[in-house]
Amino acid sequence: MRPTLSADAIRLTIPALSLAVLLAAVFWLQPRAMSYIGVNLLFNLAVPIALATIAQMLIMSVNDLDLAMGTFVSFVACVTATFLREEPLLGVLILIGAVAVYAVLGVVIHLRNLPSIVVSLGMSFIWAGLAVLLLPAPGGQAPEWVRTVMTMKPPVAPMAIVASVIIAVVAHFIVMRSSLGVLIRGVGGNQRSVERAGWSVLAARAAAYALAGVFAVLAGISLVGLTTSADANIALRYTLLSIAGVILGGGEFIGGRISPIGAVLGALTLTLAGSFLSFLRISPDWQIGAQGAILIIVLALRLLLNRLENRDRRR
Amino acid sequence: MVDRISRAPWIWSWFAAFLVWFATIMVTGGASTLGLSQAALTFAAFSIIVGIGQMFVITLGPGNIDLSVPATMTLAGTVALKLMDVDNAMILPGLMTAILIGIAVGVSNYALIKALRIPPIIATLSMSFIVQSAAIWTNRGLRIKPPSFLADFTTSTTLGVPNVSLVALVISVIAWLLLEKTIYGRWISAIGQSMPAARMAGIPVDGTRFITYVFCAVLAALAGYLLACFSGGAALNMGTEYLLMSIAVVVLGGTAVAGGDSNVPGIWGASLFMFLVVSMLNTYGLGAGIRLIMTGLIIISVIMLAGGRQPGAR
Repeated sequence: MRPTLSADAIRLTIPALSLAVLLAAVFWLQPRAMSYIGVNLLFNLAVPIALATIAQMLIMSVNDLDLAMGTFVSFVACVTATFLREEPLLGVLILIGAVAVYAVLGVVIHLRNLPSIVVSLGMSFIWAGLAVLLLPAPGGQAPEWVRTVMTMKPPVAPMAIVASVIIAVVAHFIVMRSSLGVLIRGVGGNQRSVERAGWSVLAARAAAYALAGVFAVLAGISLVGLTTSADANIALRYTLLSIAGVILGGGEFIGGRISPIGAVLGALTLTLAGSFLSFLRISPDWQIGAQGAILIIVLALRLLLNRLENRDRRR
Repeated sequence: MVDRISRAPWIWSWFAAFLVWFATIMVTGGASTLGLSQAALTFAAFSIIVGIGQMFVITLGPGNIDLSVPATMTLAGTVALKLMDVDNAMILPGLMTAILIGIAVGVSNYALIKALRIPPIIATLSMSFIVQSAAIWTNRGLRIKPPSFLADFTTSTTLGVPNVSLVALVISVIAWLLLEKTIYGRWISAIGQSMPAARMAGIPVDGTRFITYVFCAVLAALAGYLLACFSGGAALNMGTEYLLMSIAVVVLGGTAVAGGDSNVPGIWGASLFMFLVVSMLNTYGLGAGIRLIMTGLIIISVIMLAGGRQPGAR
């Protein structure tokens, strides 16, 4: 019993540790950031990224990859800033339809045994096209209630932190504790044995995709709540950020090995990396490059800790 | 014979490209036949060059994708043009520099994958951030013109065939020979089908993967060099569209995404198809939004028609 427990714990330690180190570095560079408002500013954009990362994680748990995450979140942002505000009923219907499209994608990918990378590549063009049709130029406005929720100031901890904790807990219960979550991860681990055990792999994959759609829709809505207006290209970098977030959080591309809490920590780390770099006063030319370097350092750290863990186990 | 051809994975992309080509010609009443064909060959050439590199990497098996292609293209184009500085005598050193940049990026990519055991997608992604930064740093918003000879070479034709597509043809023939006629080609297919099995069979897995990542980065650098000369200067976003493009042409061309099965002719069909679709929708006078949606729908329909492999077939 103990070794499996410690393996899971190690899986979580690394993302938690890297976040803590980065946070400590930021506070050391800029002690004034160590306040309610400071932390809120640091993690301002973390909520939509965390939601998108969870969505990507659900797709990755069935051994697929979603290259359309960025354009889909942008599309949802455009719907939120236009229809959801002016005609809430129609807006909700569109978003439900979008989630249904995700479920259908899961079904089609499974039935025709298609490579998810290509299907989502095609979908990324479609979502981008729809977003451009909705908002040819940046504009629109966030619905009042979304704005209110996203700018709430709960006591003790800022909204971004509270929301991240809620996201992590909800995702943890869905993916790690519910029987549906076990089924979905089982499909990622060994599809054939899930099939032989009498479960429907088709339904599991459709459910994973639909859930991913729900989280991605929430990511789009929360993003508009923060930015107040939308743009067809608003979230394009979310595709790569979400994949990086899952991997930083200890997830793997195949085998259904994922960690929702780790994914949220990974998303927070990526968000913080941006703030950290601006505090370091790195020339803007090298900001993206330094982000890449941070990614590499964290992953190297993970390798090191994994080695330590393995050595302990052999003893 | 007919049966053999209809089962060839590349036939679908050629068929689709021809169909779109024909549909576009019909609308214009045949007036633009030559112009459209030349434009298609020219623009497809760049996707073909990067696509071939990406195909070698994808053949290595699941999870192998090089996301640093666009950044490598940009850096190679930027640095080479800066070095050549409109001087015809510097063309060869410029080309050498571009290739060296490709080799450097490829080596670093594989170093990350191997030494840090990072999944290739994340390794090449982190690398692309660094390479992109280097490109921003060297470029500084300057737009240097290519040497006149190179500018002429990349934009003109030989016997009616665009020169860049001739370059792409030479590279394709080399790639085809590498894949089909050399032991190296057999090795990457074997690794793509099963890495443990390949290792047990005594194939130098690490060396083969290393060469493949370097090869892909060099081709990306070469494409960046040509593209920068063709479009009259390097721009920081010039590689962007080739990220998704390079993956799309590989898959539409009939290369198995699960690895271990690749084909060069399909890349040509798919690259021509991708360009022709955009120009067809332009001819019909459709807006950007509709054009994007149609492109997506076509990619999905092609993969539905051609990509549905029987479970257990591979």
